[in-house]
Amino acid sequence: MMHPYFIIIPLCTAFLITFIAGKNDRIAIVLSLLATSIMLAIALVIYPGLNDRCLVYEMGNWPLPFGIALVLDSFSGFMLVVVLLLAVTSLLYSMPYLEMVGRDWKYYALFMLMLAGMCGVVLTGDIFNLFVFMEIGLLAAFALVAFGCQAEEYEASFKYAVMGTVSSTLILFGIAILYSSTSTLTMAKIAALLPDLSPKVVWGAGALLLAGFGLKSAIMPFHAWLPDAHSSAPAPISAMLSGVLIKALGIYVLVRLFYNVFGAPQLFMQIFVLLGLLSIIIGVLLAIAQWDMKRLLAYHSISQVGYIILGIGLGTPLAILGAVYHLFNHALFKGLLFYNAGAVEVALGTRNLKRMGNLIRALPIASHTSMVASLSIAGIPPFNGFFSKLIIIIAAIQADRPIAALIAMIGSILTLASFMKVQRYGFRGERAIDKVMPVGWGMNAAMIILALLCVLSSLMIVPGIKEIVLDPVVTVIAGKTHYIQLVLGR
Amino acid sequence: MTLYLLCFALFLVGLYGVIAKRDLIKIILSMGILGYAVNLFLVLVGYRQGGHYPILEGQNPVPVMVDPLPQALVLTSIVIELGSTAMVVALAIRLFQKYQTFDISKIRRLRG
Repeated sequence: MMHPYFIIIPLCTAFLITFIAGKNDRIAIVLSLLATSIMLAIALVIYPGLNDRCLVYEMGNWPLPFGIALVLDSFSGFMLVVVLLLAVTSLLYSMPYLEMVGRDWKYYALFMLMLAGMCGVVLTGDIFNLFVFMEIGLLAAFALVAFGCQAEEYEASFKYAVMGTVSSTLILFGIAILYSSTSTLTMAKIAALLPDLSPKVVWGAGALLLAGFGLKSAIMPFHAWLPDAHSSAPAPISAMLSGVLIKALGIYVLVRLFYNVFGAPQLFMQIFVLLGLLSIIIGVLLAIAQWDMKRLLAYHSISQVGYIILGIGLGTPLAILGAVYHLFNHALFKGLLFYNAGAVEVALGTRNLKRMGNLIRALPIASHTSMVASLSIAGIPPFNGFFSKLIIIIAAIQADRPIAALIAMIGSILTLASFMKVQRYGFRGERAIDKVMPVGWGMNAAMIILALLCVLSSLMIVPGIKEIVLDPVVTVIAGKTHYIQLVLGR
Repeated sequence: MTLYLLCFALFLVGLYGVIAKRDLIKIILSMGILGYAVNLFLVLVGYRQGGHYPILEGQNPVPVMVDPLPQALVLTSIVIELGSTAMVVALAIRLFQKYQTFDISKIRRLRG
């Protein structure tokens, strides 16, 4: 039973940092990097053994319908690996980055709290416990967005905080409705009781939860806060927010609730498809007009999340496979792109694409890895983004929705266009730039790791590896309310 | 039923405030009202007409008990709200220092 440690380790590290690292930032760096590496190692070791099993840890040894349980199945394990993979590279990147912005141990403490929140949300099997962990993660995220202490950052953080608090209230309202009709907070037990109740319960609670978690994952009508918050945060935090926070607090919970608890009701699946298509097309259209590099990337997060939601809404096993795969890929290449943007910001002191130029000589690693990431996000064959988008589009055609497939393809082409703009103006422009501020080795290392993973993860679709890595996750999601037997029937 | 409707009206008041008000402080207060409405709803869910407090005295069982779990949830959610309100108020103070105003229509450097 390793899974309580995914919550204990980051929480303990956060408090240890605040106690020990009062004067010395080195201790904070070492502690946080050590903790995340250990957690990543544990996650990587236990993930292949999970397969179709579901490990349940009952906190305080209270039996399940009464106590709070931590549930670790393949889907949770997969999310843990994604979150921790990006957390390790983000911390590597943070070391030199924060030295330039002004070093501070508080950053690392908040980072670990955010990590604890995300791991908790992913692991918990209790819906109110999920709400509590979500708030821990969000509060840390608000503070981290405002970490640079500039006027714009406060503004973005305030917007994010208001949106986040309103969405949390909606979620709590939804939880209250679920509790009032089922008298339990354990997700598996709620799922077991729901089929006997009037479908109005699912509609009411589902609408509130969709609005709440939709705000968290920035699906189209709820997206207004994301470009501000994600572009104003420090670069490693932008990568965490865009790469994993909107997925762990938003998409993961949506999938868990609407598939494993509500049993994928047809009405909500249609809404998912609609919102997904809306996000794909409008997100990319808004992105293409941006000149601020981080803002452009933030709008692309909306668009790419649309692909995941589209795959989830289509609901066939192939579409779910595509969605899960795209979730993993998006975390990698969007993290990498934000690291590139941060490196350029450190080197040139600007985020405006018009003021960049030919950076190949000055920043070889950043410009080459940015090429890899751009090709991945645009869906060019040898890279991972191509395969996941292809799977989603094929699944849309198979599910007899040619218009959805067409819109997804148009979105992909527009993505390619906007990243040609990034490459043309940002990294391979006409004006050669030779003298820049140096970027640290940690930043380069983080970028190289993610670029390698972008290439390697396209192997995840190869038969043989796919069965080990992606198929168990698809089984959990497509199994819908089979989750009840896995958790309760032991 | 009337109580639930009044509670929902309180919720709508809070939502209106968050959406329509232009003053940072009023937005923060509306967020508080929104939270109170949901907490009140949770307590109402646990309430039973003529219910007894949920403690067993001796051997005689109590016929109707109030559900204690929502009250525990409300305590937790009040603490969380305290945390997020403190966070937002701190941000509002810093925003005032930077912009010299509480009017959100004047705090608009981020756009596009």
